[in-house]
Amino acid sequence: MSGPGDIVLRAEHVSVSYAGRRPVRAVRDVSLELRRGEVLGIVGESGCGKSTLAYALTRLLRPPAELTDGTVTFCGKDGRRVELTSLAGEQLRQFRSTGMAMVFQSAMNALNPVTSIGQQFRDIFRAHDTGMDRSAMDARAGDLLEMVGIDRGRLRSFAHELSGGMRQRVIIAMALALDPEVVIMDEPTTALDVVVQQEILDEIERLREALDFSIIFITHDLSLLLEVSDTLAVMYAGQVVEYAPTEQVATAPAHPYTLGLLRSFPDMRGQRRELRGIPGSPPDLGERIAGCAFAVRCNYVIEACRTASPVLQQLPGELRAGLPVAGWDAACHRHNSDLCPGGPPAELSGAATAQPDRTPAVTEGLVAGGAAAGDSSGGLR
Amino acid sequence: MTVLEVTDLTVQFGRGSTQITAVDAVSFAMSAGRTVALVGESGSGKSTVVRALSQLVRPAAGQIVLDGTRAGRHGAALRAYRRRVQPIFQDPYASLNPMHTVRHHLARPLRLAGEHLSGKELDDAVHEMLRSVNLTPAEEMAGKHPHELSGGQRQRVAIARALATRPDVLLADEPVSMLDVSIRLEILNLLDGLKREHNLALLYVTHDLATARHFSAEIMVMYRGEIVERGPADEVILHPAHPYTQLLAAAAPNPALPRASAAAARAARQQARIGKPAERREAATDTGCRFRSRCPQAMARCEARPPDLEAAVGHRARCWLYDAPAGSESAESRRASA
Repeated sequence: MSGPGDIVLRAEHVSVSYAGRRPVRAVRDVSLELRRGEVLGIVGESGCGKSTLAYALTRLLRPPAELTDGTVTFCGKDGRRVELTSLAGEQLRQFRSTGMAMVFQSAMNALNPVTSIGQQFRDIFRAHDTGMDRSAMDARAGDLLEMVGIDRGRLRSFAHELSGGMRQRVIIAMALALDPEVVIMDEPTTALDVVVQQEILDEIERLREALDFSIIFITHDLSLLLEVSDTLAVMYAGQVVEYAPTEQVATAPAHPYTLGLLRSFPDMRGQRRELRGIPGSPPDLGERIAGCAFAVRCNYVIEACRTASPVLQQLPGELRAGLPVAGWDAACHRHNSDLCPGGPPAELSGAATAQPDRTPAVTEGLVAGGAAAGDSSGGLR
Repeated sequence: MTVLEVTDLTVQFGRGSTQITAVDAVSFAMSAGRTVALVGESGSGKSTVVRALSQLVRPAAGQIVLDGTRAGRHGAALRAYRRRVQPIFQDPYASLNPMHTVRHHLARPLRLAGEHLSGKELDDAVHEMLRSVNLTPAEEMAGKHPHELSGGQRQRVAIARALATRPDVLLADEPVSMLDVSIRLEILNLLDGLKREHNLALLYVTHDLATARHFSAEIMVMYRGEIVERGPADEVILHPAHPYTQLLAAAAPNPALPRASAAAARAARQQARIGKPAERREAATDTGCRFRSRCPQAMARCEARPPDLEAAVGHRARCWLYDAPAGSESAESRRASA
């Protein structure tokens, strides 16, 4: 038996390539752990490999995508350990019924437009051999809809009769239909308004508490994850570049990319100030990347960044003191004491408050420095 | 100085019993060198305002006046209007023709704007436009097709194209919502810089209150076809008057909020929602105040349509909460701001 805090899903050294004349290494050596009852956030720009990673974790990759390396292990409540990467055919289908579910990006299109909502629920129950008869299926589907705040009469509705927020609720109800232990949500609120988005997030949080499942929440919107996730993995160019408790990332990130992402959100109520995103765009993953993939966009670049690729490693002990969960990893040469004997720059040291909104005076200087180093081309490399 | 003035703009779709009024008697003015933000949720009519101002849909009623002259609807007058009022659309993956090069996208408006350029001059003008939106090296960029560009680069091409006709008014319809957060600010900074450089009147349509506040002087909030609140940007965001704006402001993720307080706020919201199914919260009303089914402060009066009232000096809201007893002072200040 296992209790809260135990690892429910562990990915080790997962790599995914899209085959072709020029193979694209979309996910490179990613290791993650999802604990029971936890929300693990994965954040990054489009093309950083976060959706590909989700597909790899759920074994949904299709050619030309191919899992080239790594293992994914699932540890169930009942103590079973399943090596997902070795499952095939019927075993995989069996596992999916109760192990993991996925909420796909773009709720607008994830429902079948030509069959009723009720029919789509019945399809789920039939595909996974629940052995329920029709009235049992409809009763269960109705309960699921009510659980997400939708009238059970909507079972007779079609997708086009529902608003975007309601469709997203239906999708979530479908993901929870077979009582999964892990739900992977890929941009579940991206197409929605802020008000509806907040409602859906509240709903997810309530359901997670009530039904006791764990979530991997994937989005490009870091500000969302700061509110909902317990642990954050920041991805860049197919790799995890920072992996830490959310609280830590929100106040003082260790990787320059995370800092840049945090600064990309103007504070709604804070002081007006000059705002900067991250200049440039992510590298082409079809090419060989020498050194750190972020080096060309980084304000803190040093010589070593252009030649040697930094590996994800635990930060020195003094930075981690007092953290709720052991473990704060970053892939950045600035934290390598051999290369930077003087230690990392103040903004990345974990001590300074990176949150621009909390210390406007300090960040004003940082913003100016960043502008000098990275601004000139304004977005092109 | 007012460049574009819109009075009682009304746009309707459909007819008979299914007719809907997407934009209902919207009035505002835009001046050179000034950004006005139009914010609201999807379906509030923001994009329809842009489409009507671009003359892509015909308004059912209302006036569009450009520099004191009513906007032309046909022939040369329409072309002259469109040259001076240019839209930038939301989706740079859809707004560029995949069959044509960047050069083509910029050369066409340059030629159509009546500058009679050709050969080397035209190429130079195209390169100049590309440099003005930081797409460099311009010579190389001009030869590319849209699929060779990133989303941010495409949006830069769309901005350059809008500027090619030397417009006075830019209508930016959610110009960054399809782009990654990390490059949004770069594009908005670019638009802001170009606005200053060319003294443009800029309409910034968005659902993001934070950037609306940072990049504009005035904010108008739209709800189901009506402008329900308007005022100076800081005023509207920091002291929202209309309950709808208050709801929008409260729903925006706030990265500065410690997680414990975020969780507490979530619990409070959940408590408030008990017994209110999701469906009813989204219900629409056409009579009276359209927001009243969702409004926490709804009262009996809201069954009548609220007028545009003054919430503070220069800050107006379409809400009965601001219907002060008819004192001479408030009436005077109301007149002063009108």
